[in-house]
Amino acid sequence: MSESRPMLEVTGLSKSFGGVMAVSDVHMQLKEGELLGVIGPNGSGKTTLVNLITGFSKPQSGKIVYKGKRITGWPPYRIVTLGIARTFQMVRPFYQLPAYKNLIVPLYSPRVKRLAGGRYGDRDAVALDLLEEVGFERDAYVSYKVASALPQGYLKRLELAKVMALRPDLIILDELFSGLSLAEVASIVPIIEKLRFQGKTIIMIEHRLKELFRIADRVMVLNYGEKIAEGAAEAVMESDAVKKAYLGSETD
Amino acid sequence: MEKRKERIDRGIKARSEDIFALTSYREMLYLLVPRAVPVVGLLAVTPLLSPYWQEIFISTSVYALLAISWDLLLSAGLISLGQSLFYGIGSYVAGALNYYWGWSPLFTIPVATIVGGGLCTLLLLPVLRLRGIYFAMVTLVLPIMLLRLVEATRILGGTEGLTGLTPFPNQFTAIYVIQLAVLAALFGFRRLMNSDYGLIAKGISDNDLSVMSAGINVYWHKAQILFLGAAVGSFAGAFGTHLDMFAGMPGFALDYSIMPLAAAVVGGTGTFAGPLLGAFILVPLSEILRALGALRIVFYGLFLVIFVVALPEGIFHYCQRKYHQFERWVSVK
Repeated sequence: MSESRPMLEVTGLSKSFGGVMAVSDVHMQLKEGELLGVIGPNGSGKTTLVNLITGFSKPQSGKIVYKGKRITGWPPYRIVTLGIARTFQMVRPFYQLPAYKNLIVPLYSPRVKRLAGGRYGDRDAVALDLLEEVGFERDAYVSYKVASALPQGYLKRLELAKVMALRPDLIILDELFSGLSLAEVASIVPIIEKLRFQGKTIIMIEHRLKELFRIADRVMVLNYGEKIAEGAAEAVMESDAVKKAYLGSETD
Repeated sequence: MEKRKERIDRGIKARSEDIFALTSYREMLYLLVPRAVPVVGLLAVTPLLSPYWQEIFISTSVYALLAISWDLLLSAGLISLGQSLFYGIGSYVAGALNYYWGWSPLFTIPVATIVGGGLCTLLLLPVLRLRGIYFAMVTLVLPIMLLRLVEATRILGGTEGLTGLTPFPNQFTAIYVIQLAVLAALFGFRRLMNSDYGLIAKGISDNDLSVMSAGINVYWHKAQILFLGAAVGSFAGAFGTHLDMFAGMPGFALDYSIMPLAAAVVGGTGTFAGPLLGAFILVPLSEILRALGALRIVFYGLFLVIFVVALPEGIFHYCQRKYHQFERWVSVK
């Protein structure tokens, strides 16, 4: 059954703010273990789509089915409990807390408690291990620094560690690469590849197309809230609708 | 040449933070003395005072309890302008149980603590989603509403209130009940906020969307903190009722909302010890100033302004810094 049914199925999803359709009648399907890239010009509704899937805003119509459960309109914490975790485009750490204490919050969640069989032991130790996994140097002071003192590259990794702490099945990364240097992106890509190797399903929203196309199985293009193309990266970028959306049409 | 103040942790602080290094009496005392000050100060000093000052210390402890409750709510990002709601409800619950059914304070106070805390939580539950000033406004309005409700419907004794309630057997019982409660709240809440549970509360006040995306039910967590704060406030109300042998509309008075807030701000928020210290400065100060007659409020206000301007971080934070760090001037090129 799980072979044939998609892990995530979105049908006819719509959301408008005032008169503007942020997401309009979007259909999408996601198989287990897949990495889907979502691209589109600024304001094309990518982040709104993530907010709808993760419960941070309620859709006006359409439905979202995850692992056979209809999760449309559920509050975010219940959706996380099912195994969908996300990062934020603008990083949202707890600025006053040390980096490793930031991870205590997801480690405290009911989902992690359940997966750990009711007991967790030393959350601090688990947090430090997770930080090492995303590239915080072990035994260096950086894990103990307050989040407000960390550079952007580390904050993005911290955001990724917060998601990994939840041990999710579906990870949604909202512009993880934005604001990072090429070298920093190059150091995060192996972490994402490792997550895929562990069998996680990933949706990546990205403006850095070159880096995205290297790791994505499939790409979906949004423009003005509508899905205008979907498929393999090269094929999608060749389509006229996508060229028009990114470069503007000549007759316009 | 420009100069800059540099603050450096004392060596003894770093040594005593590591539990394995606690080998000398100096280090143990360094940790013990600040914790012993409130315990000794409350339990040992009060019996030595004159009966008049003992009474002032009791009412100060009531305000201190409300201030500690205020600080707990703040730590989860809930700003309360209505501590009198907790006080008033606790006072009426205990008063009614004693007045109508003749329960002894031994039972009314614990029941009023739990039931009062629960009632206040239920009353504030619909607005728990509001943040900052919006939540604060509702807490300000609720006690005023309940006050008028009692006045208009004449329930629970109406404007007369419930009189002739059972008092405490003697002054010392009252002193120790309230002061042990203050110490329990002080050390209990400090411990709670240092645990992972408290970390979530801090996370909520810092960035609630981030806590939500970590799979934690923010409203449920906030409701739990609200219940704890409200229960402590209700305890203060129930205690005050039996102390005054009276439950009535003054329980919802603005005093019980403003004084804890002022105490927390003057003492330093986020530590529970700060609000306690603040209450023990402001309430006795207002008593001392009685000698000034009509000018009392003027001088009281003046003192408040001086405190807030001179030590905006709060007295407790200032003392804590002086205790843990030394300062020196270094020249900056």
